[in-house]
Amino acid sequence: MRAGAPAGRSSEAALALHGITRRFPGVLANDRISLVFRRGEIHALLGENGAGKSTLMAIVSGMLRPDSGSIEVAGRSVRIASPSAALRLGIGTVHQHVLLVPSLTVLENLMLGNPWWRPVDRDATLRRFTELAELLSVRVPPDAPLGRLSLGEQQQVEIMRALWHGELVLILDEPTSMLTPRGVKDLGVVMRRLRDHGVAIVFITHKLKEASNLADRISVLRQGRVVGEIGPDTLAASPAGEIIERVIAMMFERGENAEDLKDTLVGDAQDGSRDSGSVGDAAPLLRLRDAHTAGERGECPLDGANLDVRPGEVLGIAGVDGNGQKHLAEVLAGQRMMTSGSLTLAAQAIDTLGVAARRRLGVRYITDERLGEGTAAHHSVATNLVLKEIGSPRFWKRGITLWQRIASHAREAIGAYDIVTPSENVAVATLSGGNIQKVLLAREWAGDARLLIVNKPTYGLDLQNTRRARDWIRSVGGQETAAMIVISNELDELAEVSHRIAVMDRGRIAGIVDNRAGARSEIGRLMTGLEAA
Amino acid sequence: MDNLIQEAFVASLFFGAVTAGVPLLLAGLGEQVSEKAGVLNIGLEGMMLAGAYAGFATAYLSDSFLAGFVAGALAGLAVALVMAALCVVLGMNQIVVGIAITLGAEGVTALLHHFQFSRSYPRLSKVETWPIPALADIPFVGGAFFDRNGLVYVAFLLTFLMIWVFRRTHFGLNLQAAGDTPAALDAAGVSVKVTRFVSVLVTGGLGGLGGAYMSTVGGGLFLPFMTGGAGFIAIVLAMLARGNPLWVLFGAFLFGASLALTTAMQVAGVNIPTDVIQMLPFAMVIVVLILFARHSYLPPALGLPYHRGAR
Amino acid sequence: MPLRHRFGSAAAVLLPVVLAVVAGAILLLALGKDPLAYYGYVIRRGLLSPTGLEASLTRTAPLLLIAAGLIVAFRSGLWNLGVDGQLLLAAVCTAALAPELAAAMPPLLAVVVCFVVAIAIGALWSLVPAFLKAQFGVNEIISTLMMSFLGVSLANVLVKIPFNDPATTVPQTATLAVEDRLARLGDTTVHWGVVLAVVTVLAVHYAMTRTALGLRLQIVGASMKTAVHSGLRVKALIFTAFAISAGLAGLAGAVDVLGVHGTIRADWNPAYGIVVIPLVFLARFNGHAVIAFVFVFAVLVIGGESAARRLDVPTYFVLVLVGLLMLFFTITEHVDNRRRLQGGS
Repeated sequence: MRAGAPAGRSSEAALALHGITRRFPGVLANDRISLVFRRGEIHALLGENGAGKSTLMAIVSGMLRPDSGSIEVAGRSVRIASPSAALRLGIGTVHQHVLLVPSLTVLENLMLGNPWWRPVDRDATLRRFTELAELLSVRVPPDAPLGRLSLGEQQQVEIMRALWHGELVLILDEPTSMLTPRGVKDLGVVMRRLRDHGVAIVFITHKLKEASNLADRISVLRQGRVVGEIGPDTLAASPAGEIIERVIAMMFERGENAEDLKDTLVGDAQDGSRDSGSVGDAAPLLRLRDAHTAGERGECPLDGANLDVRPGEVLGIAGVDGNGQKHLAEVLAGQRMMTSGSLTLAAQAIDTLGVAARRRLGVRYITDERLGEGTAAHHSVATNLVLKEIGSPRFWKRGITLWQRIASHAREAIGAYDIVTPSENVAVATLSGGNIQKVLLAREWAGDARLLIVNKPTYGLDLQNTRRARDWIRSVGGQETAAMIVISNELDELAEVSHRIAVMDRGRIAGIVDNRAGARSEIGRLMTGLEAA
Repeated sequence: MDNLIQEAFVASLFFGAVTAGVPLLLAGLGEQVSEKAGVLNIGLEGMMLAGAYAGFATAYLSDSFLAGFVAGALAGLAVALVMAALCVVLGMNQIVVGIAITLGAEGVTALLHHFQFSRSYPRLSKVETWPIPALADIPFVGGAFFDRNGLVYVAFLLTFLMIWVFRRTHFGLNLQAAGDTPAALDAAGVSVKVTRFVSVLVTGGLGGLGGAYMSTVGGGLFLPFMTGGAGFIAIVLAMLARGNPLWVLFGAFLFGASLALTTAMQVAGVNIPTDVIQMLPFAMVIVVLILFARHSYLPPALGLPYHRGAR
Repeated sequence: MPLRHRFGSAAAVLLPVVLAVVAGAILLLALGKDPLAYYGYVIRRGLLSPTGLEASLTRTAPLLLIAAGLIVAFRSGLWNLGVDGQLLLAAVCTAALAPELAAAMPPLLAVVVCFVVAIAIGALWSLVPAFLKAQFGVNEIISTLMMSFLGVSLANVLVKIPFNDPATTVPQTATLAVEDRLARLGDTTVHWGVVLAVVTVLAVHYAMTRTALGLRLQIVGASMKTAVHSGLRVKALIFTAFAISAGLAGLAGAVDVLGVHGTIRADWNPAYGIVVIPLVFLARFNGHAVIAFVFVFAVLVIGGESAARRLDVPTYFVLVLVGLLMLFFTITEHVDNRRRLQGGS
């Protein structure tokens, strides 16, 4: 699989870093990093959140400057002072989140970055576009507004832009996180074509399986340093399992964590472990029928979604981002009203109730937008812990705020959920992602929760906190009365925590499968819309 | 109404509409540039006032309208420089700085007026016009559109220049990107701050030019606070135009027409308090807002300072 | 959020004031005036002389009431820039109504009815922007400004046609007899509207920081999305914030008419809004600081009006000073923030 790298060119260094160091207040993000990226090689860069990958790539793509160290591009020592300097040197970056302008067309997006005084030259742009489309062997309509393309197609445009000024170095930052399984496969094909064309590809990922499948070379970063490298010979010679073991050992030197986290990283260890018969055929706790919503610009509305949730189960919702998951969660939580359809909780119609009324019935919702939606960023941790019960007699007396009581409630929650914060009075935005998530868990799980909806429970969390969040879901989910809906685009995660997994596709539930061995391939087919269960 | 009065009424309405509409057009086109790039330039009123004062003072002292226009544009530009430095470079609150700038410009121009002109109240000589042969003699509209000062034609042409700039130049693409997805522009290697900085300067220059038109061609004299909210109307026009200069053109003359209606009515012998007429344009905006609110489109990053790395 | 009482940091407040005063002095020198004489005169006439102080205090009444409303609006994240129209319409209606009511009922009752009407008219004038904001998310800066211009013109029409007092030559409303105006405090010329205004600012301040309604409004101001997520009735809260804000602007108009003018002439527009908005900003929406800033401003204006007559420096100069103050305050704050960020805390 890893054969085929043209041996003649693979020794040629496209980009060499020597002793790159970058400090932020209180953190040494990059500590004397030296790495060589070669032409015709897919070089995977692995490491936990905070290991220094993003900082390093920001330096290489001209967004940040190193405090010390030197950079050579194609053998020449260079300074990369700005993103445009990086592009001119032939270093292109594809970001995890698409960085293109939705309101401009594909060609206009590709033209961005030219000197402002130069008139628009559509023909020349189209020529280069066609050339690159052939190289990548993709089809994208050149005059369509970018916002109309699928995420996969948008990423192809990003790759074109990254290669626009020369095909030397292509940095792919977590490129698979937003793609369908099909899209991931296509991307792999594109990456190999480019590799064979002689491009040096830097592939940043946290998915070990993808790395071991695609990469010719793997480097591991930890706490700002390079802690290990596996070369093409070893990669070609060793079975995937062995490589993964080695990488994990590098990422978490001391063994205790490694065993624990391995499952999180590799992801398939827990498959099927949650398929228990106990939740069997009880009357559904929640019943959603033929739900429709109205979508705004760029949103996928619900288009006839049906869903039953049984008491005591954890129901996973899988699907590629942007297939109506957000609307589904909001409809269930009461934040968004259906244009048609019905919704009952324990046989009681709740579709006309608002968030507050549903909360009293035990419906809780943890959003994936923790700062912009889940919390008021500049308000205190204490305030955010009572955000959904403003005015309740517990903390308000005839409308007057009992700040003392709110503060002591917050101190209890901070203790109980192990929230790391200097005090209950600091702004919630100053906490780390994992701790903000704990604030939300504390707020939503309090009292008599009967249905907890969690959207992307581990999005943006590092491995430790990911592990902790999944464990929490496994431990509290599946209790007798309460049910939980976990929405995620990471199949591994759902396979670990859910009893059943539903798949969303274009605003509908395409099918539901019991989480047993073999469920994965069925889900994959449902996600790509190939099969209706 | 007999024919003669009817013609006088229509001619005076059109004439007044152009006179009142041109400053709105210039300032509105300018504001459109900065709004496209994501800067809500609330200081436009102050920039227009600065332009009005500088334009008048220069035209009066040098006895040249052209010098007045240049001075007006430069004065607007100078005020815009403050706005751009504070809001774009330092990322300070656009609304606060905009109001401060408008206040400051109101105060300074009124002070200067007080010390220079408040005793004599000088007026400029009659406006030179550049009649366009044949067209200028068309009944009803000839005098209003084709027998005007050069700046009127320039303002018209500018509308189409802007369409070209927005659609066919890299500068136009950069503006759109800076207001829509600034991080994408940054990643493409174009400085968001420079793009926005320039856009604010364009706004200031055009706003100043609009102000200069008001005090020179429009009134022939400078009065404190003479822009009377025109800057804010121009902001509204730019917002409602959703990035299309033609809508600014249309809106500016609709506004101009309702402002000119008072004079035209008086010509026609109908007497209505000016205040009633003055309410028309504002009432119109409100009606437009209520009717078209759903479609109003503003760049997603409007009003937000850009910091690399912060999303 | 418990309020950050960061106003102890004297340098952060004093530095911009000093800078503004110095910049103003340079401007005065450029205009050929003696800055020391000017500032000295302003302080003597606005603060140190009894009549000046009384005039300054009296002037704070409408400004404080507007500021109280703006505290509510701004903390709720709503840029109500239309206070002038709201104030003027309410003032004109009060001016027309008051003489009639004074003849028909006990003075206190007449005042109360006038206040209620003024609040209602102010609030009414914010209905369209509130509706547009709540329903379609239309930028309220634009809608409130437009309604303000509309309101100012409408107020003029009202003065000139339906409410015009035929007994006068200049168009104006019927004049309210001096004995029917707001009662004075003791021997001074200061009316009790000033006390009402101070109490209102404090009440609003505590309502915003210590009550459930205040917290709800603050959450709406922090993020609409968060407010929706938290189950707040966002639309109702937007209407409420607008109504309180504009209602208090209306009350400011009534207090100004009943306490000071007794009548309104055509084309009268004090344009309080454009100066109070920056002051509320400078005070970072803190009620205590607002009271201090408004008082200083009133002293400047009253002193400045005397100076205009005596030293030939028009009152426009005060506008320049406020503009400069605002600029220097925002710059100081910005530099301060940046330093703290770079400190890494």
